[in-house]
Amino acid sequence: MKRPRLVLAAALSALLSWWSPGAAAVEIHDFASAAEQERYRVLIEELRCPQCQNQNLAASDAPIAVDLRTEVLRLLREGKSDTEIIDFLVGRYGDFVLYRPRWQPATYLLWLGPGALLIAAGLTVVLVVRRQRRAPPKAVLDGAARATLTRLLDENDDNSAGDRR
Amino acid sequence: MARIRLFVPLIIFLVLAALLYLGLGRDPRELPSALVDRPVPVFALPALGDDRPLDQTLFRGSPRLLNVWATWCGACRDEHPFLVELARAGVPIVGLDYKDDPAAARRWLADMGNPYQEVIVDREGRLGLDLGVYGAPETYVIDAAGVIRYRHVGVLNAQVWRERIEPVYRQWQTP
Repeated sequence: MKRPRLVLAAALSALLSWWSPGAAAVEIHDFASAAEQERYRVLIEELRCPQCQNQNLAASDAPIAVDLRTEVLRLLREGKSDTEIIDFLVGRYGDFVLYRPRWQPATYLLWLGPGALLIAAGLTVVLVVRRQRRAPPKAVLDGAARATLTRLLDENDDNSAGDRR
Repeated sequence: MARIRLFVPLIIFLVLAALLYLGLGRDPRELPSALVDRPVPVFALPALGDDRPLDQTLFRGSPRLLNVWATWCGACRDEHPFLVELARAGVPIVGLDYKDDPAAARRWLADMGNPYQEVIVDREGRLGLDLGVYGAPETYVIDAAGVIRYRHVGVLNAQVWRERIEPVYRQWQTP
């Protein structure tokens, strides 16, 4: 579960950074280790800029995004865990800063809704198809009526064939 | 029964349409504040003018407004006259000079009038960050116990005051 999500996130952020002209305007930091740099990169890509609505901290030029990037790095260097850093920002800016909503009562519908809808739609299709298969033919033709019908249809066929010639 | 089922899609559509319509009317820029009903964050910052140390106990005793402003903020200029008017009407306002140059802030108040009982100088924006400030101006209603009760992001004008802030302020004025 974790891996495909990460791959997706990486693909999306790659797409985003290729897209957004502001992506280049990021301060230069010296990182203690490649691991620290990687954590910083993941964090600022997952956190949303409070000012600019549809950009993450990594992509935004807004002053508040610069401040929050600096803050994330400061907390990283203080040895805070990713969860602590995220809690710090959520405590101040609310759930809004999370691009990946948390699993909590207010977001159950968000997380489960699409799956539930898909299952409901699938069940509906199965039920409808089954019922149609099981349903008796609407009207049953007796022998005479069937013979008349066949004759009419044949005549019609002959006629249209004749028209074409 | 079959008749009622005929209307199910219509009902679903109407409910969805109503929800989406309500969503249209909401301002996506208005973030629900994480700090409403929480105390003013702990801080230790100087006062504008004489550098007296100020801290969160400033907000004890009676409800007041906390207005986040800066001289670089154009919208703050627009709301300033109304703040002066409010102060004249007896509403206590504390200012938070957010990521600003104190000298410029002093000039601003000398030129346009000072509506603030105190101005907290937050050069680094630390208190702003703890408050979840993401753009000036912002205005908070803080009760007598120093608990944040309301937050308004954007210009405070007569209409915003009357419709949104005054009711909260009055509510906390008489406990």
